[in-house]
Amino acid sequence: MHAERNDGPVPGGQTFYDNIILLLILGIVVPTLVYTVWGLVEIMNVPKLPIVP
Amino acid sequence: MANFDFRTCSISGLKIDKASENLVRWNLIAAFATLAVGGLFALLVALTRWPSVHLLPLEFYYRFLTLHGIDALLAWIIFFEIALVHFTSAVLLGTRSYVPWLGWLAFALMLIGGGVINVIVLLGKADVMFTSYVPLKADPIYYLGVILFAVGALLGFIIFFINVILSKRDGGYKRSLPLGVFGLGAASIIAVLTLLHGAGIFVPTLLWSMNLIPNVDPSAYRLVFWGLGHSSQQINVCAMVSVWYMTSAFVVGGKPVNEKLSRTAFVLYILFINIASEHHLLVDPVLSTWHKIVNTSYMMHLAVLASMIHAFAIPASMEVALREQGYTRGLFEWVKKAPWSNPAFSGIAISILLFGFLGGITGVIFGTEQFNIIRHNTWAITGHFHGTVVAGTTIAFMGFTYLLIPYIFKRELIWKGFATIQPYLYGVGVAILSIGMMSAGAFGIPRRHYDVTFSGAPFSFTFDPAVDMFMSMMGVGAVLAVLGGVLYILIAFGSVIFGKEVQ
Repeated sequence: MHAERNDGPVPGGQTFYDNIILLLILGIVVPTLVYTVWGLVEIMNVPKLPIVP
Repeated sequence: MANFDFRTCSISGLKIDKASENLVRWNLIAAFATLAVGGLFALLVALTRWPSVHLLPLEFYYRFLTLHGIDALLAWIIFFEIALVHFTSAVLLGTRSYVPWLGWLAFALMLIGGGVINVIVLLGKADVMFTSYVPLKADPIYYLGVILFAVGALLGFIIFFINVILSKRDGGYKRSLPLGVFGLGAASIIAVLTLLHGAGIFVPTLLWSMNLIPNVDPSAYRLVFWGLGHSSQQINVCAMVSVWYMTSAFVVGGKPVNEKLSRTAFVLYILFINIASEHHLLVDPVLSTWHKIVNTSYMMHLAVLASMIHAFAIPASMEVALREQGYTRGLFEWVKKAPWSNPAFSGIAISILLFGFLGGITGVIFGTEQFNIIRHNTWAITGHFHGTVVAGTTIAFMGFTYLLIPYIFKRELIWKGFATIQPYLYGVGVAILSIGMMSAGAFGIPRRHYDVTFSGAPFSFTFDPAVDMFMSMMGVGAVLAVLGGVLYILIAFGSVIFGKEVQ
């Protein structure tokens, strides 16, 4: 499927796309920060309902 | 590599080692079996929501609805995706499976986990629905089953990274992964994040169900659960698009018009598609407007951009390939001469069309905050995800099965005539079902609800009479889709067992 070209210098973008581990790290960090961590911080900062004696 | 047992496929020319072949085969067999079970539950649930039939008693309806989600949404698709992991990371690269023992461990965990979930739900010990929102509490064994399945799936996707890294070391590829493999790599990355969210929420929920911790915060549960629940559908989108590219290459010799652009689109999926989980929280009062807007209106549309790129790139690859074969008369001779009787091709063509127009467009609409407030928890949402996961992913996987049976099982298809019509029958059925659900949802019909006539309720409420037509439309579509699904299962199992051997 889709023969690769192995001649000539490697463009910077291709180096980035070829690094599957870097993509894995970014794929975990970006959504975790923007969705999960940010959301959890907001939830933790919701004031608790005061308990009426 | 000379010590390993390789064969060369006489049809595709692929070099296939025995360990990978067996892993692909058994994951596919598990996928077929779970689709059969999930499809049976689908029929029973649809015949209950169809008001003029209303088949099941109350408690069985909700249990079967949960199991329809578990078996048809999770098990069938993830078993198929793990088969794709082994197919792409070993077979397509022409190398061996480096950790077959891990593949079998993953398979066993998924099988045991899936079985445990089915049994415990049928026993009535986990009446918490698919989302199992706390403080609804199920038997701890239910959560254990979910964790076993998720850990198995996580190990299965990790195999992708092990195989491609070691394959590069051994010269399986020099610089860039082939595009189909790269797409499954993107799916595997999304899967790792998704399943980590699963562990992050189901482990504390298991401890809570065992009374080992006092509580699980419901808001935190919803947030992290949807990091699993919706993101697992993004694995499907990514794997489905990868299947589109691979099928185009195998069937018509399609090559992406601009491979860099297609890879960029996959990277956009990796970075931004998981953020679409926020859809489910748009009416949640706990999270801020900024969190909602950034995660949907901004970030999510970068993933939508990726889908738009693929939506043009794949048909363009087919057009170029077919024009190179001589179908150049007028604008559309290549469309007319495309192999429409090949179920692998028609499968992805139908998948692309239905995913785009039914699932994709509605997903973008329902993902905007203003519109979500109107449609949230209505049947329109169910119509949307049947447009993505069933009309998109399932039909694409069905089409790809017709290639994998000769390549991997070394069997010819049985009932070739039925196989030709199967994607059309299933596609028409799912399209009618999805449109019926979305139309009824537009009138406010709630999702999941057992009885929208509210018979016996202390307060009466009547929907617009038009909903009867749309709910019946859903029922007719479901019956057609189930007929298409039964054909698929019979052809798949029948070919594997009785198909003429490919030399």
